Amino acid sequence: MRRTTKFAAVLAAGILALSACGSDSDGDNGSASDDGSKAPTSDVKVGMAYDVGGRGDQSFNDSAAAGLDQAKEEGLIAESQESEAEDGEAETAREERLRTFADAGYDPIIAVGFAYAASVGKVSKEYPDVHFAIIDDSSLADSPNVASLVFAEEQGSFLVGAAAALKTETDHIGFVGGVETPLIQKFQAGYEAGAQAVNPDIKIDVKYLTQVPDFSGFADPAKGKTAAQGMYDNGADVVYHAAGGSGGGVFEAASEAKAWAIGVDSDQYNTADPSVKDVILTSMLKNVNVAVYNYLKQVSGGDFPTGVTTYDLKVDGVGYSTSGGFVDDITDQLDDYKQQIIDGEITVPDKPAK
Amino acid sequence: MTKARLTALGLGIASAVLALLAAFLITSLVLLAAGDPVGDVWGQLLSWPETRNWTNIVNNATVLYLSGLAVAVGFRMNLFNIGVDGQYRVAAFTAAVVAGEAWLPGYLNTALAIVCAMAVGAIWAGIAGVLRATRGVSEVISTIMLNFIATGLVAYLLRQVAVREEGSNQIGTKQIPEGSRIGGIPFGDYTIYGFILIAAVAGFAFWFVLNRTRFGFDLRATGRSTTAAVASGISVKKMTIAAMMISGAVAGLVGLPILFGDAYTYGSTFQSGLGFAGIAIALLGRNNPIGIAFGALLFAYLDEQSNPLQILVGVSPDIVAITQGVIVLTVVISYELVRRYGVRLEQREVARALATSRTDEPEEVKS
Repeated sequence: MRRTTKFAAVLAAGILALSACGSDSDGDNGSASDDGSKAPTSDVKVGMAYDVGGRGDQSFNDSAAAGLDQAKEEGLIAESQESEAEDGEAETAREERLRTFADAGYDPIIAVGFAYAASVGKVSKEYPDVHFAIIDDSSLADSPNVASLVFAEEQGSFLVGAAAALKTETDHIGFVGGVETPLIQKFQAGYEAGAQAVNPDIKIDVKYLTQVPDFSGFADPAKGKTAAQGMYDNGADVVYHAAGGSGGGVFEAASEAKAWAIGVDSDQYNTADPSVKDVILTSMLKNVNVAVYNYLKQVSGGDFPTGVTTYDLKVDGVGYSTSGGFVDDITDQLDDYKQQIIDGEITVPDKPAK
Repeated sequence: MTKARLTALGLGIASAVLALLAAFLITSLVLLAAGDPVGDVWGQLLSWPETRNWTNIVNNATVLYLSGLAVAVGFRMNLFNIGVDGQYRVAAFTAAVVAGEAWLPGYLNTALAIVCAMAVGAIWAGIAGVLRATRGVSEVISTIMLNFIATGLVAYLLRQVAVREEGSNQIGTKQIPEGSRIGGIPFGDYTIYGFILIAAVAGFAFWFVLNRTRFGFDLRATGRSTTAAVASGISVKKMTIAAMMISGAVAGLVGLPILFGDAYTYGSTFQSGLGFAGIAIALLGRNNPIGIAFGALLFAYLDEQSNPLQILVGVSPDIVAITQGVIVLTVVISYELVRRYGVRLEQREVARALATSRTDEPEEVKS
């Protein structure tokens, strides 16, 4: 009996692990290759290698997909094909994904997410005639066929941090990060700096949902909800999340606590579930779509950019959203901070103060 | 080879073939139900891999093989070490730190790192062994919990020692110096992990210790029947702790081919989930070092061949995760079916032998 139970437990664990390896995705929504609405005026074939979650994650990957879709609608590219990473996959799997694109004639190839840094570095050398772009990484700045598209997340986060500090009535706010990586710490650092610029004595709760190599913190609304609930119960009345798909849980918690939440990446007032959108004070915009679109626009013009392009406040690569009208009374102050950052009067830290 | 052995071998192969056929059928049904092009998918999965892909298959199989071995050590003693996942991550991290610090020159550094990894893996698994032996805590539960602790611990320590390349959002341990890396074996234009030799040695040691030593006999005996083991003077507690620690030591090797042959650092994108794959592979290989090698190759082959599915066929590679899960299930079921068939076969033989001897008996009486 004991043996049978154990056996069942092992099987269950094995199956769970296997199914967890392949997070669900409808494979065929990637093959949007023959969108015949407009006669393509270009012969550019784009390969998109997404990070874990892929198209449909309502966050980072979706934003990149939006940029691709826009370029396709405008006829800037002829064809595109997509593929997404699996959680915890081997480095060779990422390399092989890029090589498959390159072998199949896709050029340029856009790697969405910093996890591709090493594989793009390696494969771009093997295929010197193919052009690559990588988002959220600038370690390949010197490579002759790689464009690095990076964002000043800390600058946008500074503004929503200031908004949180201006709106809080308890002088107590919170931050929920998806996975504790240097990238998400940039969001935290900017948020804290912005809040402290308004009120140096403000209390800020910080919580990360998971630690590397467990990246489930970007896709676990239940964890997001628990973390945010704890902060609201503890007296915080504005919580900013940089947790991708887990953010839905933060909004739910805010709705139940009748408090504010701040969205991330896209204007979540428009994308979140309608029942919770009224708690979304503002969203920190990280316009990955703009970066992808701009890159493809240049490519369709025959120009393959290389080196680092930083999308910051100056070029509206990051910013804050005003949908819902909840921050209308403080936009003057926020825009003032924005101008000071652009002018260099405020330098926003990209690492949290310990 | 005796006739009985031949029959056993035949049955073993038959069950594996049966399992694969069943998995093939079920996967095809899933594909049909999802409206995916069945022919194209199998065309890609069963196409002959290029040299580059063979290299990846062999390399990934090396890693999976070690994971399968680690699980199999426990299985042989009826211990279910689900914690290989945590053990290999703690161990690979330790090895990365030790090798990155380079206290010793060249390959001495490598050797020290490998020994440290095995020791840490053994200790991590040993916790579950001691809990099982002294407090009766099920190792299934304790190793799962230790996996969580391993994740948190490694993440915390990684942040303490991490270095970060300029412009990168990755964090990792210090790069292992070139002199301490394990070079590859040339294979066409590509190289196979040199660590494959160590994996082969581990496989041989597994076979030798289990089948040719007193310790291995004790271990298998305890796995088959605790009471019988106690009756013949084996200390079950000692064996439990020892088996868990050996399993953990082998688990400590799992991440090392990647570490010394490819990544040279332990960072946020280090491959995860290898321990769970090891459970499936140990089941598939029936805890036999050769069988595990085939299981590891099969899984690595499926992983590699499924990668381009999304790009070339437009089907999600998740289908292969389903196939792998189905294979594990069909294998377990078909082994059981074939085992029962084998038992019936034996019973029939025995019955026939008895029947002939009975018909002989009366004649003896008469004469």
